[in-house]
Amino acid sequence: MTTFADQPLEEQIGQWRAYLRRRQALHGPDVEELEGHLRDQLAALTEAGLSGDEAFLIAVKRMGSLDALSREFARAHSERLWKQLVIAPDAPEPAKTSYTETLVVLGLAVAAACAVKVPALFGLRLDGGDESFYARNASLFVLPLLTVYFVWKRGLGVVSGLWLALPFAAGAVFANVFPFRTGGDTEVLTALHLPIALWMAVGFAYIRSRWFADGGRMDFVRFSGELAIYYVLIALGGGVLTGFTMMMFKAIEMNAEWFVAGWLIPCGAAGAVIIGSWLVEAKQSVIENMAPVLTRLFTPLFTVLLLVFLATMAWTGSPINVKREVLIGFDLLLAVVVGLVLYAASARDPQAPPDFFDGLQLLLVVSALVVDGVALAAIAARISEFGFTPNRVAALGENLILLVNLAWSAWLYACLLRHRGSFAVLERWQIAYLPVYSVWAALVVVMFPPVFGYR
Amino acid sequence: MDMSKDLVAASATPLVLAILAEGDSYGYAIIKRVAELSGGHLQWTDGMLYPVLHRLERQGHVAAKWSASENGRRRKYYRITKEGRAQLAAQREQWRTVDGTLRGIWMQACTV
Repeated sequence: MTTFADQPLEEQIGQWRAYLRRRQALHGPDVEELEGHLRDQLAALTEAGLSGDEAFLIAVKRMGSLDALSREFARAHSERLWKQLVIAPDAPEPAKTSYTETLVVLGLAVAAACAVKVPALFGLRLDGGDESFYARNASLFVLPLLTVYFVWKRGLGVVSGLWLALPFAAGAVFANVFPFRTGGDTEVLTALHLPIALWMAVGFAYIRSRWFADGGRMDFVRFSGELAIYYVLIALGGGVLTGFTMMMFKAIEMNAEWFVAGWLIPCGAAGAVIIGSWLVEAKQSVIENMAPVLTRLFTPLFTVLLLVFLATMAWTGSPINVKREVLIGFDLLLAVVVGLVLYAASARDPQAPPDFFDGLQLLLVVSALVVDGVALAAIAARISEFGFTPNRVAALGENLILLVNLAWSAWLYACLLRHRGSFAVLERWQIAYLPVYSVWAALVVVMFPPVFGYR
Repeated sequence: MDMSKDLVAASATPLVLAILAEGDSYGYAIIKRVAELSGGHLQWTDGMLYPVLHRLERQGHVAAKWSASENGRRRKYYRITKEGRAQLAAQREQWRTVDGTLRGIWMQACTV
C-alpha cells in the first residue's frame, strides 16, 4: 500500500475518500479505484519534488469537479438508485408533460369517480344493502379507465384497445351473472380475485408489445409497486381531508357524513388510482423507484419476524388456527415475501457479485418456505377433517403457487451465493412466473362459484 | 491549445480502446499514456476517464479485473475484448473519414 510518510496527507486522503463515499452514484469499488488513481498521482508528484500539500492540491484538482464526476458515473450506471436526483441540477428540463395529458388524466379520473355513482342511478345503494355488488365490481369501475389511459398514452390502435376490452367484459359478466348468496364465501373470493386477474390486462396495455421482452414486465412490476406507494400517500391525504370535512361541518351543526361516505371516499378512491398512475408515469424522470428502497428497509425486518415466529411456534408447540382471516393473512404474508424478492430483483445490478443482502434474501425466502409449509400442513389437515370449502381450496392453491415460486427462488439464490449462477436467471424466473398469479385468480373467479354452488 | 470539450469526449472512446489494444492497463497508466501520445495537448480531467471505462465495460468492449498492484493496493485492470476490437476498427474507419474530409478541404484552401 502506498502510504505517505507525513500523517496530514493520509488524513487529507481519508477526508477526500469520505467525501466521495457520500455520493450516491459512486459505489465502494469506484471510490477505491479513484483513490488508487489519486495515490498514484500523488506518488508521481512527490517524486518530482513537490511537498505533500502541493501534490494533494494538484492531484485533487486534476481529478476534476466531484459534481461533474458523479454525474458521469450516474450516467454510466443508470440503474443506480436516485440517479436522477444526482443528475437533476445539470440535466436538461425533462420533456414537459403535455397539457393534453393533464386534461386526459383529469377527465379519466372524473370518469372513474362518476362510474362509481352510476349504479346508484339504477337503485343500487352503496350504503343500503348492495355493498356486495360494489365489492364484486370495484375493480371494474376503475381498471378499464386506467387501461384507456395507457392505450391512449402508448398510442395503441383501436383494434388492440378492443382486444383489451375483452377481459373487462368477461370480468363484468362473471362478477354479475352468478346467483351468489349475499356475503357468501365465493362472492368474497370473486371480489378479492377479480382485480388480480384484471391487473394483467392493465399490464398488457402498460407494456404494449414488450410483454415477451423481459425488461417490459419488470417495468410493470416497478410501476405496480410505485402505484401502491402513491395510492397510500394519496389515501393519507384523503383521510386528512375527510377528517376536516367532518369536523368543520359539525362546527356549524351540519352532518356531512352522507357526503363523506357516499361521495368523497368512494369517488376519491376510484379517481386516485388514475391520478396515482399518472404521477408514477410523470415522475419517472424525476426520482428513482421508491419500492426498492423500502425493500432494502423491510427485508431484514420481515426476516426477523418470520424467524421469531417459527421459533415461538416451535417453543410453544401451538398449532395454526385455520380461520378465514388467518388463511388470508398467511397468503398475504407470503405475497409480501415474494414482493420483497421481486422488488429486490428489480433494483439490483444484475452484474454485481453476490453480497450480504443476497444472503439475507435467501434467509428470508427459506424461513418463508418453512412458514408456508406449516400453513399448508394446517390447511391440509383442516380439509381432510372437514372437507373442501371454497376458502380452503383458494388458500391451498395460492399457497402452492407461492411455494413453487419461493422454492425455486431459494434454489437460484443458493446457486448465486455459491457463484454457480447469475442473478439474471433469478430475475427471469420471477418475471416468467407473473402470469401464473393472474391465471389462478381468473380461475377462482370463473370456476369457484359454480363448482361450490355459490355458497 | 484548448481543445473543445465535445471533441475530447468524442475521441475518448477510440483513444482508450486503442491504448488497451496495446496491452492491458489501468486508469492512471492510461491517462499517462494519453498525455504522452498527445504531447500533453490532450488534457483530460483525470476522474472522467473512469465513467468512460465503466461504460465500455458495460457495453462489453472491455473486461475488468481487480488484482494486486506493485504497491500492494488492489487495482482494477482493463483488457480489450473481441467486441472492443471490432468497435475500435469501426471507430477508426469513422475517424479516418472525418480526417480525410477535413484534409481534403484544407488542402484546397491552401492551394487557392
